[in-house]
Amino acid sequence: MRVLLSGNEAIARGGYESGVRVAAGYPGTPSTEILETLVRYSGVYAEWAPNEKVAMDVAIGAAYAGSRAMAVMKHVGLNVAADAFFYAAMTGMEAGLVVVSADDPFMHSSQNEQDNRHYAKFARVPCLEPSDSQEAKELVGVALEISEEFDSPVLLRITTRIAHSYTLVELGERKVEERTEPPSYRIDRVKYVMVPANARRRHPIAEERIAELRTFAENFPYNRMEMNGRGLGIVTNGVAYQYAKEVFPQASFLRLGMTYPLPEKMVRDFAAQVERLIVVEELDPFIEEEIRLMGIGVEGKSIFPICGEFDPHLVRQSAIRAGLLPASEAVETREVEETKGLPMRPPLLCPGCPHRGLFVTTKKLDLVVNGDIGCYTLGFLPPLSALHTCGCMGASIGQAHGVSKAGIAQKHVAVIGDSTFFHAGLPALLNVAYNKSDTIVIILDNRTTAMTGHQEHPGTGVTLKGEQTKAVAVEDVAKAFGIKRVYTLDPYNLKEVESVLRDCLAADGPAVVISRRECALLPEARKAWRPIKVIEERCNGCGLCFGIGCAAIVKSERLDEKTGRAKAWIDPLLCTGCEICAQVCARKAILFREQMIEEGESS
Amino acid sequence: MKEMNFLLAGVGGQGTLLASDVLADVGVRAGYDVKKSEVHGMAQRGGSVTSHVRWGDKVRSPLIGHGEVNYLLAFEKLEALRYVGMLRPGGVAIVGDQSIPPLSVSSGEDRYPDDERVGRTLRKVIERTHFIPSISLAEELGSARVHNIVLLGALSTFIEDVAPDTWLEAIEARVPERFLELNRRAFWTGREAVQPTIS
Ligand SMILES: Cc1ncc(C[n+]2csc(CCOP(=O)(O)OP(=O)(O)O)c2C)c(N)n1
Repeated sequence: MRVLLSGNEAIARGGYESGVRVAAGYPGTPSTEILETLVRYSGVYAEWAPNEKVAMDVAIGAAYAGSRAMAVMKHVGLNVAADAFFYAAMTGMEAGLVVVSADDPFMHSSQNEQDNRHYAKFARVPCLEPSDSQEAKELVGVALEISEEFDSPVLLRITTRIAHSYTLVELGERKVEERTEPPSYRIDRVKYVMVPANARRRHPIAEERIAELRTFAENFPYNRMEMNGRGLGIVTNGVAYQYAKEVFPQASFLRLGMTYPLPEKMVRDFAAQVERLIVVEELDPFIEEEIRLMGIGVEGKSIFPICGEFDPHLVRQSAIRAGLLPASEAVETREVEETKGLPMRPPLLCPGCPHRGLFVTTKKLDLVVNGDIGCYTLGFLPPLSALHTCGCMGASIGQAHGVSKAGIAQKHVAVIGDSTFFHAGLPALLNVAYNKSDTIVIILDNRTTAMTGHQEHPGTGVTLKGEQTKAVAVEDVAKAFGIKRVYTLDPYNLKEVESVLRDCLAADGPAVVISRRECALLPEARKAWRPIKVIEERCNGCGLCFGIGCAAIVKSERLDEKTGRAKAWIDPLLCTGCEICAQVCARKAILFREQMIEEGESS
Repeated sequence: MKEMNFLLAGVGGQGTLLASDVLADVGVRAGYDVKKSEVHGMAQRGGSVTSHVRWGDKVRSPLIGHGEVNYLLAFEKLEALRYVGMLRPGGVAIVGDQSIPPLSVSSGEDRYPDDERVGRTLRKVIERTHFIPSISLAEELGSARVHNIVLLGALSTFIEDVAPDTWLEAIEARVPERFLELNRRAFWTGREAVQPTIS
């Protein structure tokens, strides 16, 4: 049966069909749906780990124990998991291990566009890259076989466009025998204990392995030559292959399904048959440099950009500019002045977002805030402009501690989401306590991992499988670390937020503030939405409420007679009734929920 | 058929993704190779959402190249303007009559283009634009939510080699039982809403 599957769904299907028994990951666009899909198949255990490093160790452990395993993460997640990835490359495993890395050219939802093929080369691990969902599914099984044959983890690298494009996939059956009794654990201390003496033995093995893989790559069916016109030869990978096929129907192709290590003979053979050799690959000149190291003349990044994502138009225009295609091949496009400079729709904190109440207050108190990654990062945008750094998951707390140690007089504030806190904030908070700084750590506990689409985490008390588990309370963690001042507040209550923050600023020593309120988009929170409204006669258009940056409260057509300023209006379709605007209004012109009810009763 | 490229453009929450699921499935049911790719930023409410759907004997790229769209299905007028340049000469724009002002408009910094400007600009770029009062038609049927199906109905009239039943099957596969009748009516209403073009 053929069905349309996204690349992510196809990878999950591939994991199921090829007998993956244990899978672990941490959410991150564009990889998240892989585990969300895989967990629904029977016979597969899948979990969200608190972070990617833990997920990688979990998958490695399962593979040590003889079960096929998968670790799944977005590209920057592999930075977090790199330490584990590297030791696994040294030890090898008892059963196949596939590591899925979802890279994000153009940074649709990431802080960088690093090219994770470098990790394959760095760790001496083979790298596979699918060009559509069918291949994404197949390559999971292929990766596991290679992993077992060569005793190495295999990196399956996809990009956003592969992850989130739907193409037809032929479904197969699960090819694994269900176990009748529990597997036994094979002990091999020389192989698995990476003390220097053992590691020195393993390193040459890793080098030999990659040399053998070079030979293997020559006959790897997913590396293939498609000979056509001899004027132009294109080496390509991943989704770029699809763009190039469309733009250069006359050219010859060397399509690489394994981009590390490269099949040197095949490349030489191909290069010898064409007049001009180019590489079409997104992001870094990875294949290009490998070919150049063979001493073969090749072009790539002199024609196609390093930064951003490709599409057929970009590939075509670049080719025309480089003289690879005649100008007559350009697609006729119609640029119209009137369609330039249209109002954009940038991401914003949603109406009712609990993070807003916190930022409105830190702004009022003029605090410098080291931020972190999550929905709350959007607090950096005007009009709030309340967050002043964002680097990577968990960075906020360490940074704020460092700022305080640098001698800045103002008290330092770190703001971090609940999921991000459990991911990489824990050791950083421990450091604040242990190495004694006055850092105020605010944990924005919206009871979910909102940014990536509402995944569970250790604070929610539910697993990826939907089972109940012990929910850890941030309060208990902070106290266990030895932090004396621990507050819990409701960010919808601005007075409470302000008084707690003022207390923290006045006192010495570290403080932890847990700002707890469910994300407004969670089903339970939605049930409580009750739009509120502006009493037009009372509003004089002062604009204080616009300063909270909520899409639900906007300028109306009605102007105040005295001031000539536009009065505020609340869009009942967007408003959730969080009452933050009502609390900042100096003229009591916005009704609170209770007043709305009273008004409803009286009219 | 060599290939047929559809670009769906709207705002998060408008039902763009459901419509593109249906459209991709119609292509599969009609026996084509199909690819579909969604392009959207972060998960917040209210952002631009576009979806590329391609049918053909053999589809390569999941993204449609600039200037290669046959049909632009816009769920919102500002989004129609934003993507009209993607159409190829002779392409068709089907535009729902909804306006969703971005925050910069409602906060008074930007202006939302009026209907006159929308119409004038679209006509400047392409010969065939069909404005469909999809929201009001859907409301008449009982729910503004089915405006996406009204628009699909309108689109279906242009794809002559695929029978309406194929579209209905793809819709029915995705809609809960109790909304089936409403969606069927929305589809037929959309088909009837397309007027022959006067140029
Ligand atoms: C290393 C790494 N892993 C995953 C991500 C993807 N990601 C971005 S923000 C985020 C978590 C956000 O959750 P939370 O901290 O609870 O904040 P919220 O979005 O709920 O406000 C994740 C998983 C990332 N950017 N970096």
